[in-house]
Amino acid sequence: MSVPISSVQLVLAALLMLVSVLLSWRLRLGLGRDIVIASVRMTVQLLLVGLVLGWVFALRHPLPVVGIGLVMTALAGQAAVGRSSRRYPGVYLDSFLAVFGSSFLLTGLALSGILQVRPWFEAQYAVPILGMVLGNTLTGVSLSLDRFTSDVVARRGEIEALLSMGATRWEAGHAAITAAVRTGMIPVLNSMAVMGIVSLPGMMTGQILAGVSPNTAVRYQIVIMFVLSASSALGSLTVTLLAFRALFDSRDRLRAECLMGKERL
Amino acid sequence: MLSASDLRRTVADRVLWEGLNLNVAAGERVAVTGPSGSGKSLLLRALAGLDPLEGGEVTLHGRSQSRWPMPHYRSQVMYLPQRPAFGGGSVLEELRRPFGLKIHSGRPFPLDEAQRWLVALNRPNFLNLSVTTLSGGEGQLLALVRALVLGPSVLLLDEATASLDPDATRAAEAALNEWSGAVPDRALVWVSHDPAQRARVATRELPVVSG
Repeated sequence: MSVPISSVQLVLAALLMLVSVLLSWRLRLGLGRDIVIASVRMTVQLLLVGLVLGWVFALRHPLPVVGIGLVMTALAGQAAVGRSSRRYPGVYLDSFLAVFGSSFLLTGLALSGILQVRPWFEAQYAVPILGMVLGNTLTGVSLSLDRFTSDVVARRGEIEALLSMGATRWEAGHAAITAAVRTGMIPVLNSMAVMGIVSLPGMMTGQILAGVSPNTAVRYQIVIMFVLSASSALGSLTVTLLAFRALFDSRDRLRAECLMGKERL
Repeated sequence: MLSASDLRRTVADRVLWEGLNLNVAAGERVAVTGPSGSGKSLLLRALAGLDPLEGGEVTLHGRSQSRWPMPHYRSQVMYLPQRPAFGGGSVLEELRRPFGLKIHSGRPFPLDEAQRWLVALNRPNFLNLSVTTLSGGEGQLLALVRALVLGPSVLLLDEATASLDPDATRAAEAALNEWSGAVPDRALVWVSHDPAQRARVATRELPVVSG
């Protein structure tokens, strides 16, 4: 087991943030406030999550595990839309469905089928794995959604030219769909390419710190990476197809007027 | 052949047209007229089924637009936009592209016919150019030739010669006249701001009255 960290040690670590604050003050980056807020926010969020997870682990019941999972999924679904500059009515539901469908399916498969955790809702496994899957699926969904909606606007002329010549909506939207799914899968492919060489993944490092043998930790990481990339791919595909359905109607028309712009922050 | 009754269109609560009727018979070349902002382009888009109808009905060969499968309908009633957009690749690839669509499958790409139209438009060495190097006018010519070889029944031209010089415009008009007369079942609907052009090409005018 790893060494417990006392509150004094936490404060010591927090002092490290002074480096960034001093830097910001000295170079007049104007980030001091943001750094403090982000640090406090992170600390509070993690301490709270630690408390909640402690309760959930103690309860040993599937309902709180699924409940936490749904809350996490809803937040991820919302965050996936947050970055895109164009939205359409129902985009939040589509994003939630894509994140939910792919993350729950893949996490469920990983828990019950591959890792064979018994019972399947064992929170010690379910919550962290779902968290990792959600984080990566969120990235994929967000990128795909943004790419698809901006492609549809940028290439509207091309798409409508195809429709005008008798293309079905599928034929006309195909290029935008493949580009969007491809974009959503790039981060996971990139991270797989450098995994272990440039980056040592957090879960693996954490397990090693906690005293697990590197061999076991590496095997867990491999399983997780496959689950992550499958979920990311499925999420990207799902959200792209849902957005396609929303923006191309059954009369083979492009409904780009449904897209509302959003002022960038 | 193509008719519309009681069409209605609003943009941001402003009524563009209401109770608009039109009837295009085979062999006709109808010029749609009206001031800027009166919704002439929107009328052509509505006829092509690219925008949903707010009211009224469009029928082709006596059958309501809503009862046609849209790819089939649009292969008959083809819309040519003012600023055509292309994917990339060469002119030849862009000309071939619609023949890869399901609705045109089984039709071989008529290279000879395409080349003949290009010669008629004074662009004999056009095929191997990259579409990204085309000017606005050349893009219009490419879109025009592509529509001509696809051979719809009704061609909806939205300022389709607006970016062309006078010579090229005359050549395009001549090509369109020849095309529409070549087979009895063809008609043209033009939107053109140039009264002289309307006088040259149209067999009658259809004013779009703003509401």
